[in-house]
Amino acid sequence: MNGVQDATDNLDLLWVYLQQEPLLWLTATLGAYAIGHSLHRAAGGSPLVNSVAVAIAVLVALLVVTGTSYATYFDGAQFVHFLLGPATVLLAVPLYRNFNRVRRLLVPMLAALVVGSITAVVSAVAVAAALGASPETLRSLAPKSATTPIAMGIAEGIGGLASLTATLVIITGIIGAMIVTPLLNLLRVTDWAARGFAVGVASHGIGAARAFQVNQLAGTFAGIAMALNALLTAILVPLLVGWI
Amino acid sequence: MVHAILALLVCQLLGEVIVRAAGVPIPGPVLGTFFMLGALAALREVPEALNAVAGVLLSHLSLLFVPAGVGVMLHVARIRTEWLPLLAALFVSTALTIAVTALVFFWVMRRMGLYEPEQRS
Repeated sequence: MNGVQDATDNLDLLWVYLQQEPLLWLTATLGAYAIGHSLHRAAGGSPLVNSVAVAIAVLVALLVVTGTSYATYFDGAQFVHFLLGPATVLLAVPLYRNFNRVRRLLVPMLAALVVGSITAVVSAVAVAAALGASPETLRSLAPKSATTPIAMGIAEGIGGLASLTATLVIITGIIGAMIVTPLLNLLRVTDWAARGFAVGVASHGIGAARAFQVNQLAGTFAGIAMALNALLTAILVPLLVGWI
Repeated sequence: MVHAILALLVCQLLGEVIVRAAGVPIPGPVLGTFFMLGALAALREVPEALNAVAGVLLSHLSLLFVPAGVGVMLHVARIRTEWLPLLAALFVSTALTIAVTALVFFWVMRRMGLYEPEQRS
């Protein structure tokens, strides 16, 4: 009897320890991503099985079952989250390698950026408004194609919910990564620069991650598109917000 | 390897400091990318160690979005009540943006005679 009690106490202590240390949720994040990555490969590399989506589903289920808050989870996962900064700086490496090609394609890039950026904001708000979304949701939705920190800042500035925006930004990224390959095959856009740039404008870093999986040049243009669209969205959304 | 990681962090730190001091609405790391680009242009080559770090981190870029994505659990209630406008808007807008951006890029590059199909890799 006593032995059982001791074992239970020890388990409680163990759980308290695991909850306080970042190790558990850091490990869980990598484990969930590894599951997503394996499923993606088992599906023959199909873009429809998205590693990020699988990882998020596994982790949310795990947090709900164990009654763990997002704040506790993020204490551990922040070490992975932090690497987004250095990874962004690293985009300079493929950019430098393909610099001549980027410079030659400056005009098509800027034309596509302006049209794509306006399309991203206007179409999202128009569809959601037509289907009866609340004003707060519309304002959180408007910057959804920009990269997370920028999009959150924009949403805050126009009266949206920054944390809702972060979620919508990630879902936008996952959708873009899933549909870009079949969609652009259907439209017969056969150029890697054009394909990468398009998914970067629509789906920021998650789109760029998908592009890098397929082709270095596509990844490079997706990274540039992500940076340029973040800037343009920050200018566009406050100008267009009067109509929301 | 240590020098490559140090260079990365220094670029990011410079970016963050300047963005905050000047109050410009771009993320620090994006500015840091330009510093790194300048450094590479000055070196005229990509150091082997930096190349290795870039290979590891950029090939698993999508892992880095997982912690932010788990934040979806904070918005279950809203997504439940507004799932139709939200999902419809995200799907339609993302597909339309990819299609329009790619078509404009492709059309302009061909009009300018910049499309070289044989160089695809």
